[in-house]
Amino acid sequence: MNLLGLVNYWAFIILMMIGLYILLSRGNLIKKMVGLSVFQTAVFIMYISMGKVQGGTAPILMNGDVAYSNPLPHVLILTAIVVGVATTAVGLSLIVRIHEAYGTIEEDEIQIEDFGT
Amino acid sequence: MTQHLPVLQVAIPLLASAVCAIVRNARIAWLIALATTWTAFVIALNLLFRVQSEGIISYALGGWAAPYGIEYRVDLLNAFILVIVTAIGSVVIPFALKSVECEVDKSKGSLFYTAYILCFTGLLGIAVTGDVFNVFVFLEISSLSAYALIAMGQDRKALTASFQYLIMGAVGATFIVIGIGLMYVMTGTLNMADLAARIPEVRANRTIPVAFGFLTVGISLKLALFPLHLWLPNAYTYAPSAVTAFIASTATKVAVYVLLRFFFTIFGIAFSFDIMQLHIVLLPLALIAIFSMSLVAIFQQNVKRMMAYSSLAQIGYMILGISMVSVTGLTAGIIHLFNHAMMKGALFMALGCVMYRIGSVDISAMRGLGKRMPWTMAAFVGAGLSLIGVPLTVGFISKWYLILGALEQSWWPVVVVVLITSLMAVVYIWRVVEVAYFKDYPDYDCKPVCEAPLGLLVPTWVLVATSFYFGIDASFTTKIAEAAARTLLGIGL
Repeated sequence: MNLLGLVNYWAFIILMMIGLYILLSRGNLIKKMVGLSVFQTAVFIMYISMGKVQGGTAPILMNGDVAYSNPLPHVLILTAIVVGVATTAVGLSLIVRIHEAYGTIEEDEIQIEDFGT
Repeated sequence: MTQHLPVLQVAIPLLASAVCAIVRNARIAWLIALATTWTAFVIALNLLFRVQSEGIISYALGGWAAPYGIEYRVDLLNAFILVIVTAIGSVVIPFALKSVECEVDKSKGSLFYTAYILCFTGLLGIAVTGDVFNVFVFLEISSLSAYALIAMGQDRKALTASFQYLIMGAVGATFIVIGIGLMYVMTGTLNMADLAARIPEVRANRTIPVAFGFLTVGISLKLALFPLHLWLPNAYTYAPSAVTAFIASTATKVAVYVLLRFFFTIFGIAFSFDIMQLHIVLLPLALIAIFSMSLVAIFQQNVKRMMAYSSLAQIGYMILGISMVSVTGLTAGIIHLFNHAMMKGALFMALGCVMYRIGSVDISAMRGLGKRMPWTMAAFVGAGLSLIGVPLTVGFISKWYLILGALEQSWWPVVVVVLITSLMAVVYIWRVVEVAYFKDYPDYDCKPVCEAPLGLLVPTWVLVATSFYFGIDASFTTKIAEAAARTLLGIGL
C-alpha cells in the first residue's frame, strides 16, 4: 500500500531520469530542450504532490471542519513553471540563432563546422 | 528611507532594467545602467557599514514578518558580497560603453544593458535574500540574462557556448529546486534562519541527506567546481569582453556565497562536515581543480581562454579554503572572493582593451604590444602579478591565509600544491609577457596599433589600483572576511 501511496514520487523519479537521459544522450539540440523540459516538469510533479493533503480541498475558507491542501508548494511551482518557460524560450531562440549561423542543430555537425574534424 | 535599503538594493536595478528595455537607445540605456550600478554600489557600501556598526539587518518584505513572509537578511558576509558585485558592476559599465559599441551589434545596444542590469539584479538578489526559494528565483534571473549576454559575442561559437551553459545551468538550478523542495517537505519552512533551527530535529530522516546531495551538485555546477566546470571556458572565451569581465568576477563568487550559506548557515557545520563529511569530497576536487586547470591554462593559445582556466583554478583555491573548515581557511576563501574579483576583472578588461584595438586575443596576435599599448599591457602585468601572488598585491594576501590555514592543519602536501600552482601562474602570465614585450610586432602589419582609449583604460586601472591598494593595506578586507568566517563557524569574536 505504501508503495502505491508513493506513486507520484515514483513518477517524479522516472520522469526525471528520462529527462536527464535524453539530455545526456541526444545530439540534436531540440531534443536536448525536450529532455530539459521533461526533467523540469518532473520537479513540478514532486512539488505539487508534496503539497497535497489526503482528502484536502482547495484552500478556500469554508465553514466547518475542512482539510485544506497546502497551497504554498503550488504557488512556488507556479514560479518555477514560469522560470521553466523562460528557460525553454531562451534555449529555443538560441537554437534558432545556432541554426542561422551553422545551418544545422546537430551537435556533432556543429563540432565539425567549428573544428573541422 | 534607510530602513528600506535592503529591498532597494534589488528593486532599483530590477525597475531600471525594465526602463532600459523600453528606451531602445544604447546611449541612454547606458546612462541608466551607469546610474543604477553606482546607486547600488552606494547602497551596498551603506549596508556594509551599517552591518559593521549595528549588526545583522533583517527586512520583512511587505511588512510580513519572517518566517511567513520573505525576509531579506544582511549580515557581514552577504554585505561583503553585495559590495563585490556592485563594485565590479559599476566599474565594468564605464568600460562597457566603448567595448560594447565595438563588439556587440548596434541594434542590440540597449538590450545589452537591459540584460546586464537584470543579471546584476539577480546576483544582488541571491546575496541579499534570507529565503531559499528566492535564491532559486534570483539565480535563474541572473543565469537567463547571462545566457543572453554571452550569446551576444561576435564569434558564432558564442551561441553554442551559451547553449551549453544554458543546459548545464538549468540542470544545476533544477537540482537546487529539488534540494529546496526536499528541505521544505521535512521542515515546512523556506526561511533560512528558520530552516537552520528546524533541520537538526529532522536530520536523522533520509530526506535531508538527499536534499544535501542535490544542493551540493546543483551549487557545484553553478560555481564551476571541477569536474562540473565544462560550461565555463567556452562561455568566458566567446562572450563580449565586458560580459566576461563582469561575469567572471561576480557570478561564480555569488555561487560560492550560496555554498557557504547553505552548508554553514542552513545545514550547520555539525551536519555538513561531521555527519556528511563534505570536506572530504571538496578537498580533493579543489586540489585537482587547482592543479589541472593551472596546467591546462599554460597551453592555451587564446589568452581569454587561458584566463578562464585560471579562473577555474582560482575557484579551486576558494573551495580549498572552505574545505579546511577553520577560521583561517574560511577567511582565505572569503577574502579570495574579493581579491579574485578585482584581479580577474582587471585582467579581462585589459584583454578587452586588446580586443578593442586588434580584434583578437590570440597570443600570436599580441606580439610587440608592450610597446604599442604600454598602459594596457602594464595593467595586464599588474593584475597578473596579483594572480601569481606576488607580495604587495591582493593575490599574496589570499595565498598567505590559505597557506597559514593549511599549516594549521599540518597539510604539507596542500602547501606544496599551492606553491607549485603559483609557479604555474608565473609560467602562463610569462608567456603573454614574453610575446608582448620581447617579440617585435609583425612587419607586415602596416596599420599602426595605438593605446586603448581612456574610457577603457581608466576602469581597468581602477581595478588594478584596487588590487594593489588592498594588497598593501589589507586590514579592511581581512577584518570583514575574518569576522564573516567566525560568524559562519559560530565562533564569537
